[in-house]
Amino acid sequence: MNGMHDLGGMHGFGPVDPEPNEPVFHHEWERRAFALNLATGFLGRWNIDMGRYAREHMPPAAYLATTYYEHWLYGLERLLVETGLVAATELETMRRLGPGPVKALGPADVPKALRNRRAARMEDRLAAPRFKAGDRVRTKNLHPTGHTRLPRYARDKVGVIDRDHGVFIFADAHAATGEKVPQHCYAVRFEGRELWGPDAGPRDAVFVDCFEPYLEPA
Amino acid sequence: MSDHHHGHEHEHDDRPGAHGAPLTDVQLRVRALESLLVDKGLVDPKALDTLIDTYETKVGPRNGARVVAKAWVDPAFKQRLLADSTAAIAELGYIGRQGEDMVVLENTPKVHNVVVCTLCSCYPWPVLGLPPVWYKSGPYRARTVIDPRGVLREFGVDLPDDVEVRVWDSTAELRYLVLPERPRGTGGMSEEQLAELVTRDAMIGVAQVKAPAR
Repeated sequence: MNGMHDLGGMHGFGPVDPEPNEPVFHHEWERRAFALNLATGFLGRWNIDMGRYAREHMPPAAYLATTYYEHWLYGLERLLVETGLVAATELETMRRLGPGPVKALGPADVPKALRNRRAARMEDRLAAPRFKAGDRVRTKNLHPTGHTRLPRYARDKVGVIDRDHGVFIFADAHAATGEKVPQHCYAVRFEGRELWGPDAGPRDAVFVDCFEPYLEPA
Repeated sequence: MSDHHHGHEHEHDDRPGAHGAPLTDVQLRVRALESLLVDKGLVDPKALDTLIDTYETKVGPRNGARVVAKAWVDPAFKQRLLADSTAAIAELGYIGRQGEDMVVLENTPKVHNVVVCTLCSCYPWPVLGLPPVWYKSGPYRARTVIDPRGVLREFGVDLPDDVEVRVWDSTAELRYLVLPERPRGTGGMSEEQLAELVTRDAMIGVAQVKAPAR
């Protein structure tokens, strides 16, 4: 979706503002919001792409006026209700009507859950690649209302396949239905001037990881 | 984005009663949500503590620094690291969530790589920990793809015009780690000493590694 999260290329944000010796978390509530997201994610009621899509629904003005873990909190509340883990009235009153349908992740389960080594990658034999390194491609002019990993700045642009990363779960479909559709994912090199016009640096390039359905031969 | 409004704040302990300050709306909301989820048996607070402790104290950029230092002193490891980054990083035990599929990008005198996630905050957790606020902020996400040299200059990296800048937007499930150039004058240093020189920012690609002052 063309949400506020898709920030690449916008003007007006001002300088980057790094904080010396920044702590991992700035507030206790950030720690809890972070961990609540992970712990409920491990319950298996939604996948990571659904999680991202939920955050992307935050209205633009609210997205810009809130901090990072507030985005996570927004997405989490939305998912809890959508998946039926929490009733809408429970979220409204913050009082439970009954027990949840699944059992909590215990502390002993955490290390194993975090060590999982296979997330989005699928077996290469599941899909034949349409493109190879060096091929010229054009990204499609797509504006889906669903989740997509093709940023607006890289739509309808010509680039060159830098490498084929292999086969991955297609995030767009995974967010919509949970179905694991195998698709090749390629690093596509776009020259700065193709993306941004003549003011871009002549020796600047942006690499975008593109799922095969975003691409057609150029 | 207001993410960066937190810049330069110090730790604010907003646990109940700390400093006697009133709780903000978001503090209250997170506390209420945690209580609700615990009441419903969906969340175990001890699991939350374990998750927080893992990312606050156990995983962080020192892991990535060890990968970089090893690549600097061990040419065979460097070769493996660039050919199959995930497997080579796993040799050091750094595996798991948000690092399942790694790509290492080598900086050279002619090519400078820098990593961003314009759509959210994708970042290689097992080797760098959780991302800093600036990495997740509007300015960095908006500008790095359209004005990479301007952003790099703000970080103190002023690249000559003949150096190619490659920006990697982590839009899919690959997670990127920059292998910075080894600074001159570090020939006599051990792997452990070299690891001490490697900064998080250098592994994102917004800094270069400096030799220690003599």
